[in-house]
Amino acid sequence: MAETVDFEGQQPAWCPGCGNFNILKSFKAAMAELGLQPHELVVVSGIGQASKLPHYTMCNTFNGLHGRTLPVATAIRLVNHDMPVIAVAGDGDCYGEGGNHFLHAMRRNVNVKLFVHDNQIYGLTKGQASPTSGRGMVTTAQPAGVLLEPLNPVALAVAMDAAFVARGYAGDRLFLQELMAKAMRFRGFALLDILHPCITFNRLNTYRWYQERVYRISDSHDPSDREAAFRLALEFGDRIPTGVIYRNERPTLEELVPVIAGKDPLVHQPFSRAEAETELKRFY
Amino acid sequence: MEYSVRIGGEAGQGIQTISSILGKVLVRTGFHVFTHQDYMSRIRGGHNFTQIRFADRPIACSRRQVDILIALDQQTVDVHRGDLAPDGLVIHDSETIGRKYDRPEFIDVPARRLAMETAGKRLMENTVAAGAASGMLRLELAPLEKLLSQTFAGKGQEAVDGNIAAARAGYDFVLNNCPRCAFTPATSEPPARRMLIDGNSAVGMGALLSGCRFYAAYPMTPSTGVLNFMAGQSRRHSLVVEQAEDEISAINMAIGASYAGVRSMTGTAGGGFALMVEGLSLAGMTETPVVIFVGQRPAPATGLPTRTEQGDLLYVLNAAHGEFPRVVMAPGSPEQAFYLTGKAFELAEKYQVPAVILSDTYLADAGWTLDGLDAARIEYRDHRLRADALERLERYQRHAFTESGVSPLAEPGASRHLVVTDSDEHDEDGHIIEDAATRIKMVDKRLRKKLPLIRAEMEPPRLYGEERPEIVLAGWGSNYGVLKEAVDELRERHSIAMLHWSEIWPLPATDRYDYLAVLRRARRTICIENNAGSQFARLLRSETGFQFSNRVNRFDGRPFLLEDMLQEVGKIIG
Ligand SMILES: Cc1ncc(C[n+]2csc(CCOP(=O)(O)OP(=O)(O)O)c2C)c(N)n1
Ligand SMILES: [Mg+2]
Repeated sequence: MAETVDFEGQQPAWCPGCGNFNILKSFKAAMAELGLQPHELVVVSGIGQASKLPHYTMCNTFNGLHGRTLPVATAIRLVNHDMPVIAVAGDGDCYGEGGNHFLHAMRRNVNVKLFVHDNQIYGLTKGQASPTSGRGMVTTAQPAGVLLEPLNPVALAVAMDAAFVARGYAGDRLFLQELMAKAMRFRGFALLDILHPCITFNRLNTYRWYQERVYRISDSHDPSDREAAFRLALEFGDRIPTGVIYRNERPTLEELVPVIAGKDPLVHQPFSRAEAETELKRFY
Repeated sequence: MEYSVRIGGEAGQGIQTISSILGKVLVRTGFHVFTHQDYMSRIRGGHNFTQIRFADRPIACSRRQVDILIALDQQTVDVHRGDLAPDGLVIHDSETIGRKYDRPEFIDVPARRLAMETAGKRLMENTVAAGAASGMLRLELAPLEKLLSQTFAGKGQEAVDGNIAAARAGYDFVLNNCPRCAFTPATSEPPARRMLIDGNSAVGMGALLSGCRFYAAYPMTPSTGVLNFMAGQSRRHSLVVEQAEDEISAINMAIGASYAGVRSMTGTAGGGFALMVEGLSLAGMTETPVVIFVGQRPAPATGLPTRTEQGDLLYVLNAAHGEFPRVVMAPGSPEQAFYLTGKAFELAEKYQVPAVILSDTYLADAGWTLDGLDAARIEYRDHRLRADALERLERYQRHAFTESGVSPLAEPGASRHLVVTDSDEHDEDGHIIEDAATRIKMVDKRLRKKLPLIRAEMEPPRLYGEERPEIVLAGWGSNYGVLKEAVDELRERHSIAMLHWSEIWPLPATDRYDYLAVLRRARRTICIENNAGSQFARLLRSETGFQFSNRVNRFDGRPFLLEDMLQEVGKIIG
């Protein structure tokens, strides 16, 4: 059985005090809690501060391109559906550059866990607006303030009928760990949007700002009630709900693709040249 | 002996049905067949045609001159009448095209009426036309009937009977009503078992036999045929095919699948490839094997979507930021497409690089007659470390420095060893780094060590014709067939040969075969390309300093037909 220490990786290069540290802690603890060994899981990440996470823990890692975590993760899972696959991305990464993949990953319902470190800003490129930045936020690239409506990933996911939609907060570490474990145990695509402050560039959404707003959803909420989920999802202002917002369990893509449904993972299925060769007959 | 049959009409009229029936029947009768298509980018209407050329010897391209024109509409008569051979004939149904021709070369076959009378279905007028063409050519009916029963077996006995009756009606009609039909195609050979296969299917077959287990793509002409082929195979073989939301996703999926431990591929045309370019660079940096099929069509932008061009050679060679090795294959025939797809998979995996199969619309859809394809000639070796062999390793580093520059490629999850890779510059473990020393060593490993090894694997261009030619017709990719036949035509009067490159990059070395010496010795060297900018000529010049004496370019979206080629070359060599 692995312990949290088995998931210790390299020394993080994040700013001291960054919300990412708590996310990393929750991640390692959740993996240990689930009884996973580092070599048993794959983490796919993009580019950004968030996406450096796999280097700071222990796991099989594909640290790909900015915005392209989900296609890579989807294919890995289709090739090996015995392996847990986690996609780690930033808010710019996933909702901006990779927005199209996000939409279609929810439709595919491949059993990939998507952890988005949502600091409502572009951290690595030094503080431009992200798709989730609040209106009016002044940055070097948006000197007149953000003029666009922010994207609400959680509401979007409920609207897309995504299989599992949750929001966490880096300042509530144990609850975040619980949410990560829940997402991992869920059978299907899971979005976990994780709010966390960027202490260097985001002067608006600070620890204090989140602290005053974030609350845990009460146990009486029924995540399978889509209307209730939508009401919660739309709540983002004076109060910000965290927890499992929506759940709609349905067959995953791996359970539907005939070649792999209920069978060995593709990577472990034998390849028969002789069988492939018979296809030449059709051209005679 | 040889004849050409051209079938023209609007999209949706069933040109494809007639031509595939006729093509197969001719092959089964013992002829060598070459088919090619000329389509507009629309689902209904417009003007499309397919051409079937057949002979009693191997053939490799299309001709302009036609012996039998099957006109399903008026426009076909107007557009193609000028290409009719002196004793050529036009089959048409005056009722369908709404006009009667009072000329001896026009044979009025009441296909619609015969279809209604025999099968009760208007749709079968195409089968009547196929029967009529068979009758004009004095082919035996048996192979046609057998093919129809095989083709329509899935649709029930009624469909089989109806089609056979319709074909017979057309066949009998011309026997009784075409006194001018004087075609004598009888082949002396006993009918051999031969294949009729198009470029896209050959790529698909090559991929399947190479152990491709994952194909992701977004539809785009002319690559969609490969997607369809692979999707069809995924029902019977251990192969996952996913239609991605865009080409960016498609290549990232293919890379993800390869990382996870299976051979993978994606396919697109130039426009979609543009979206894949960042992913190509990702494959280069992470040293992930991936095969990319690129079907060229006339561009820029959307261009002429259903037509052909060789305009993306330099693009495919140079696309992507940064420096890393890649393999580019440009097959000239379905046969080459089959074997080179196999080689692309082998090299991609052996050297952990992206490999591109560069085709075009002409090759994608052209049907060639082959004696067979030898699956055993496609090398299949699993270069990945798996299970026990991996577990036994003391230590594993995905990007370990080695003598050859090739690091061990392991299946993640198959052992206690972690498989880590990064699009950032990384160390041997695969973790992000920034130090200069590691960077230098990684570039050396990825690029400088591997490149010469890959170059040594590339076959030199193929010489066809005179061994020490005075005139060289040079080309690459899909011009193979027409150049070859041009050499056949010109050989009697000239010292001439074709030099054809199908393994383009890394440009083959000259140590095994000094093709540069052949070029330098020749009096005239003519580089023939389906593009405006002579891209291959520019490539050869920049890599070797050699400059062709003449260039022939075609960029109207159409392939070179044999007569066009002879005319263009004739202008130069007299
Ligand atoms: C194609 C591409 N465009 C732009 C960049 C530059 N870039 C790197 S990270 C980033 C945004 C980072 O923001 P986010 O995804 O929210 O991650 P964070 O750093 O905030 O965790 C950008 C624009 C890139 N690496 N690749
Ligand atoms: Mg961010």
